[in-house]
Amino acid sequence: MARKPIQFRLNGKDEAVFVEEGQNLLDALRRQVGDTSPKYGCGQGTCGACTVLVDGEPRLSCLMLAESAEGASIETTAGLAGAELHPLQRAFLDGFAAQCGYCTSGMLMSAKALLDRNPSPTREQVVDAISGNICRCTGYEPIIDAILDAAARGAGRRSA
Amino acid sequence: MLDFRKDLFADERDDNLNEIGKPTQRQDGLGHVTARSPYYDDYRFDGLLHMKCLRSPHHCARIRSISTAEAERSPGVRRIITGADVPVNLNTLLSLLDFGRDDEPALATDKVRYKGEPIVAVVADSEREAFEAIDKIRVDYEVLPHVLEVEEALSDRAPVVNDQYPGNSFEYHERYDHQKLRFGDVDSALVRADHVVEGRYQMSPIEHAPVEPAGAIAVPETNDRYACYTSTQALFFSLGTAAKLLNVSSNRLHFIGGTVGGGFGGKVDSLNEPLAILGCMLTGRPVRYGFDRREEMQFGPPRGAEIWHITDGVRNDGQIVARKFVGYFDAGAYTRLSSYAVIKSVGHLPGPYTIPNVYADVYCVYTNRTPATAMRGFGITGVDFAIECHMDKVAHAVGLDPIELRILNAYRDGDMKAHRREAKNCALIECAQVAAEKANWPIRDEFKRMSSRHGGGGERAQIPHTVTDQNGRIGERRGSAPMPPPPRPAPQRQPVGATTSAAPPPPPTQHQPAQSSQYDSSRQNAASHGTVRPAANRFSSIFGTRRR
Repeated sequence: MARKPIQFRLNGKDEAVFVEEGQNLLDALRRQVGDTSPKYGCGQGTCGACTVLVDGEPRLSCLMLAESAEGASIETTAGLAGAELHPLQRAFLDGFAAQCGYCTSGMLMSAKALLDRNPSPTREQVVDAISGNICRCTGYEPIIDAILDAAARGAGRRSA
Repeated sequence: MLDFRKDLFADERDDNLNEIGKPTQRQDGLGHVTARSPYYDDYRFDGLLHMKCLRSPHHCARIRSISTAEAERSPGVRRIITGADVPVNLNTLLSLLDFGRDDEPALATDKVRYKGEPIVAVVADSEREAFEAIDKIRVDYEVLPHVLEVEEALSDRAPVVNDQYPGNSFEYHERYDHQKLRFGDVDSALVRADHVVEGRYQMSPIEHAPVEPAGAIAVPETNDRYACYTSTQALFFSLGTAAKLLNVSSNRLHFIGGTVGGGFGGKVDSLNEPLAILGCMLTGRPVRYGFDRREEMQFGPPRGAEIWHITDGVRNDGQIVARKFVGYFDAGAYTRLSSYAVIKSVGHLPGPYTIPNVYADVYCVYTNRTPATAMRGFGITGVDFAIECHMDKVAHAVGLDPIELRILNAYRDGDMKAHRREAKNCALIECAQVAAEKANWPIRDEFKRMSSRHGGGGERAQIPHTVTDQNGRIGERRGSAPMPPPPRPAPQRQPVGATTSAAPPPPPTQHQPAQSSQYDSSRQNAASHGTVRPAANRFSSIFGTRRR
């Protein structure tokens, strides 16, 4: 199978990997790069567990060809914490917004995309921002509350 | 918002505790929010191979032949595995508790009994190559009649779903085709009642749909052991199941789990682990057998369907004097855990109410559906839905408020339950009172004053004279003996791995086609069935002794 070299920035660091034709970005991140923070849930763009930020925009990495990430800047949950947890991570932890934890990575990325462009969202805007992310454990309320809590703690201003 | 009602039962509770009642951090919370929690598929291995299964497109079919010759030559294929490669290719999950007969192969050999049943496993360098090889496998099927509804499955003319249970229902206590509960005399109480209220309730199968599909990765370890990274919800249960199917000592298996991306009961069936380990044994390489979303939804087990018929006898004052259940659990094609769900369910009847006459016949029925499994309170959830719908119907029939009806009939301390245990630490009355208060639902003062601690026991503590019967003896329902099932090939016990060849095979399990004489009701004949085990009712000792 033909393999193609691609380069991109991942969480501020340069990466260069060989990807296969037709390979999606999720698979390339998990298998070639070794960043397992985006999760496979459905492979068809319905669950949101694989959400990453590509040039600041939330993208379903299972539906994006790895080749099309050439030259892009990609952010994943693995790069979210610095010396301390990101306010979103802190709010999710304190607010019991992660139960099994499998959707959490995608939720955090969708939430970060929202707060980066809108530091003070309404509850409706939060609901809309995570409408593409499925959680089967929490019933969503703690997640929505945690995102609003993070916004109140200045998460958006910090990342902007 | 949580509201701790510490005014209730305050004298029964010690509030001077260090942890209970106080918020605490989840031990896995930090891993979750940093995406470092190790789900099975987050472990990386060099040379990882991928397993995918060819699955039955039919609800029921005889397998005339399987040709894998072309698939063997397909690019990237490392190993093709059929039922003949599985050392002990017949199991039932609860055999680990010595309950029920082995009835399910890991890979079907002679017959498929549900749509999606695995037949051939392909191990290849990539998932894509595994799927491409699967397309080249040729299976010659003789499509057979199937049955998908429980009540239909119990008719005389229904095709036999599961050869181990030719009556299409699990056999309880080596004697009956259903699980019984008898307490008092329901039929005469129904005659004396002022009202008879009947209802039929149905619950469809429910898919757990965890965001992480089930899967496992098996890896060779030193000392001829195999590590298995798994999404299982039941680590030692999966280990025991794998050890049995693979005919290896469990100390050769090293299971690593505990991080589950949602399960809700759907990840206890141990479908992935045994085949992943077998693939690893046969190739010497790490093998991943993970479901994709389609496989999780289509072939992963659901919560099974249930149908309940309830008949209540009620006095004009709202006291329920008789309650009769006939229930059907749809196990799908194989037993898995449904036989246990029925026992658990019957132990729960008639719900949290003191009723002096209770009767139940509950069937664990085989149909050609995807085998069902555990899901959040299985055995209880479906019948509680039925009972509580029925309580509303009874309230309407006798013209009583539905909350007051529940308070009136609720268990109180000292009452006798239908399964002959004293009710203790009852709290339904208080729950109903608080629920009414929260919902601004008016109930009369006398019902507000009632308490779980008063008015129980005495006459309500008596075990009534109970009318028993022998209805539903095994084989009785189907007047004539069913067609004998085709002879099943002896389980293959091909040794796997270099050192297992010296291990003696376990004693062979008998799988004789049932003869008509074996449907005879005598215990002697039932016991002659090679696979009947004597501990069929041992669950009573598990949940029967839980007391505070």
